[in-house]
Amino acid sequence: MPSERQYFDEMLLGSDNVRVPYAEYQKWFANEDPTRLSKKSKEAEAFFRRTGITFNVYGQAAAQERLIPFDLIPRIIANREWTKLSKGIEQRVQAINAFLHDIYHRQEILRAGVVPVELISRNEAFLPQMIGVTPPGSVYTHIVGTDIVRTGEDDFFVLEDNARTPSGVSYMLENRETMLQMFPELFSQIKVQPVSDYPKNLRRSLAACAPDNCTGKPTVAILTPGIHNSAYFEHSFLADQMGVELVEGHDLRVVDGHIAMRTTEGYKVIDVLYRRVDDDYLDPLNFKPESMLGVPGIMDVYRAGNITIANAPGTGIADDKALYSYMPEIVEFYTGEKAILKNVQTWRCSETDSLAYVLEHLAELVVKEVHGSGGYGMLVGPAASKKELTSFAAKLQKNPSNYIAQPTLSLSTVPIFAKKGLAPRHVDLRPFVLVSPKGISITPGGLTRVALKDGSLVVNSSQGGGTKDTWVLED
Amino acid sequence: MLGKTAGGLYWMFRFLERSENTARLVEAGFRIALTRSKDPASEWKSVVTTAGVRSSYDAKYDGYMAANVVDFLLRDTTNPSSVISAIEKARTNARMVRTALTTEVWEAVNESWMGLKEALKKPIRETELPAVLGEIRRHSALVRGAMQGTMLRNDIYDFTQIGTVLERADNTARIIDVKYYTLLPTASFVGSALDNVQWETILRSVSAHRSFRWLNSDEMTPAAVAEFLILDSRFPRSLSFCSRILEENLNYLAKDYGIRLPCHEMIDAQRDKLRQQTIDTIFDEGLHQFITAFIRDNNAIGQQIEQDYRFIG
Repeated sequence: MPSERQYFDEMLLGSDNVRVPYAEYQKWFANEDPTRLSKKSKEAEAFFRRTGITFNVYGQAAAQERLIPFDLIPRIIANREWTKLSKGIEQRVQAINAFLHDIYHRQEILRAGVVPVELISRNEAFLPQMIGVTPPGSVYTHIVGTDIVRTGEDDFFVLEDNARTPSGVSYMLENRETMLQMFPELFSQIKVQPVSDYPKNLRRSLAACAPDNCTGKPTVAILTPGIHNSAYFEHSFLADQMGVELVEGHDLRVVDGHIAMRTTEGYKVIDVLYRRVDDDYLDPLNFKPESMLGVPGIMDVYRAGNITIANAPGTGIADDKALYSYMPEIVEFYTGEKAILKNVQTWRCSETDSLAYVLEHLAELVVKEVHGSGGYGMLVGPAASKKELTSFAAKLQKNPSNYIAQPTLSLSTVPIFAKKGLAPRHVDLRPFVLVSPKGISITPGGLTRVALKDGSLVVNSSQGGGTKDTWVLED
Repeated sequence: MLGKTAGGLYWMFRFLERSENTARLVEAGFRIALTRSKDPASEWKSVVTTAGVRSSYDAKYDGYMAANVVDFLLRDTTNPSSVISAIEKARTNARMVRTALTTEVWEAVNESWMGLKEALKKPIRETELPAVLGEIRRHSALVRGAMQGTMLRNDIYDFTQIGTVLERADNTARIIDVKYYTLLPTASFVGSALDNVQWETILRSVSAHRSFRWLNSDEMTPAAVAEFLILDSRFPRSLSFCSRILEENLNYLAKDYGIRLPCHEMIDAQRDKLRQQTIDTIFDEGLHQFITAFIRDNNAIGQQIEQDYRFIG
C-alpha cells in the first residue's frame, strides 16, 4: 500500500497535537509508562483467553478457536459527532423497515420506478414466503449493525447495512469491561457514555415485539447453530446476559401451533426467537430441506402470528449490496427527507457502462460479491497483484451481476499501541441499533474494528482485524 | 431448564469426574509398580482393565509397559476415557451450557482445559509424572471449589451432582470388580505380603488409603476393605455414599418440579437394597454378582434420568 497517501487520523494532528475529543485521553496517555501498558495489553489477552472470548475461523481445523486481538487505545467520538451519526442511522433504519414492509406488500417503490423490479424479483435474498406477511409490531429488523466509515472531519459513509444477523456486540461489551478493569482511573477522569445496558435493552426490545396473542411476560430465546459456529461465544454471552435460554434447532418443535423448547419439565412455548441462523437454514420444510439447524414448520407458526422471529425472514434483501446503491433514494422515498448519511459511490457491474469502467479501473477499486459478507470473496484492487487482478477480471466478466465496485476509500485511522509506540491503522465502526414498536435505540459507540496490518484496509476479524473500545463522550 | 442443558451439565461433570478418576488410577498404578510389585506389567494391566479401555489399548500396544499405559490413559486422544479426551469433552459440554454456569465455574473449566492441554502436549517422562498428576488433581479441585462456592443450589446444581456421583460410583464399582478376587475371604494368599499390596492398590485408586487406616486402625482385612468401599457412608467414593447423594439430588428435582418419575423408583430400590446389606450378606450373595448387579443398575438409573429429564429429544 502506498504510505505517502494522507489519511484522516482521528487522534493525532501532526506530531504533538491531538484532536479535541482526545485531549483528555492524551493527558493521561502522555504520563503512562509504555512498559506498564505493554503489560496491561498482555493481561487483556490472558483475560480474553481465560473467559473464552474466542471466535471460530472456518476452514482452519487446527486453530479452531482464535482471539480477536484487542487494542488498548480507545477510539473516541465527540458527542456532537455521535448525535449527527445516530440521527442518520435512525433515519436509515426507519427507511429500511418501511422498505421491507413495502416490498413484501404493495411494492409501491417498484411501481414508482425508484428501484428496478428485477433487483427484487431476481434476488435470492427476496423471500416469496414473506409476501403478505406482517411481522408482529411491523418490525422487520429488530437488530441492525450499520457499518460506518469515516474519511474526514465531517465525512461519514455507510458501508453496509447488515440487516440480517449482525454480530460483534459481545466484543463491544467485553472491550468496555476490559478497559474498565485495566484503567478504572480513565473512566473517572473522562465521562464516557455507558454501553452496558445493551443486553437489558435487547431483551426489552425483543419482548416488546412479541406476538399480539402473547399474554403475560413473553418468553425470549436465542437460536444458535451450535458450538461450532464462528459466533457461538456471542450467542451464549448474550443469552447469559439477557437471562434467556440458548436453544438449537433440535431443542425446538411445533406444539399446538406454537414453537416450544424441550425443557426438563416438558415443552415450553417461546414467544420471541432471536435467531442467529440464516434464513435458508431456518425451516427445512420451507427452505433448504437438508438443514439440521432450524425447526421444521417454524415458518407456518410465524405466518400464523404465533411467534416473533428476529430479525424477520427475508430482511437480507435490504442489505443486499446491489440494492445498497439505491439507499439514498430509498431513504428519501420513505422518509421524505434527504439521507443524512452518505452512501459510498457504487458501480453496479450488472450495468454495461459500469462494468466497462470497473474493468478498466480494477486496480483502484474494491470489488465485492453482491451477497458476500465477512470480507470473503472481495478484491482490494490497490493491494492485489497483477495475477489476482487478471483472474478476478475473468470472474467478473463471467458473472457481472454478482458484483459491485466501490472506490478504495481513504478510511480514517486511529493509532494502535504497537511495539514502537503509536501507529495509525484504518478503522471502521459498527453501531448497534435496536428496533421495536416503541422506537429505535442506538447504543452509544459500537464496535470499532481495526486493520492491524500497516496499510491494510480489511478490518474483518476473519481476515486478521482487531477491535478497540469505542467511546462516545458525554457533553 | 432445557433438557439439552441438563444433559450437558450431567455429561460435563461425568467427564470431569472421569478425568480425575483416570488420573488417580494412573497414580495408584505408578506408585505400586514403583514400590511394591514384583510384576509391574500385571499392575498396569489391571489399571487398563479398570479404566475400561482394555480392548482399545490391546489393539494399539503389545504388553503393558508403564510408558505406554501412562500415555494411553493421560494423553491419547484416540482413547475416549483418557484425561485429555475427558477434559476436552467436559469443556465442550461446558461451552454448550455456558449460560447455566457461573463465570467462576466456566473459567475454572476453561483454565483446566488450557492448562492440561499444555501439560499433556508432549509425552510425560517418569520424572514429570507426579507433577502432571498433581496438576490434574489441582484443576479438578478448582472446578469443584468454584461449584461449591458460587453455584445456586437449584436444578442446575442437582444435575451436576447426579453426573458426578453416577460416574464415581461406576468407577469405584469397577475397581472392586477388577480386583474382587483379592477381597474374597477365601483368597488363598490371605495374610501374605501380596494381599496387602493388592488392598493398598485398591485403596490408593480411590485415594482412601489414609482414611481407611484412620478408621480401621490399620486392621486391613478384605472384609473391612470391601465394607469400606461399598457400605461406609462417610467415605465420599463408596457406593453407599454415591447412592445417597444421587437419591438426595433426585429428590430435590422431584420437589422442585413437583413430580416423581421412574428414576425415583429406581434409586429408591437401590437405596433399600444397600441399606439392607451387610458385608456378610454381600459375601454370601457373592461379591462379584453383587458388584456386577450394582454396575448394571447404576447404568440403568443413568439412562432413566436421561429419559425422564429429556436430555435428548
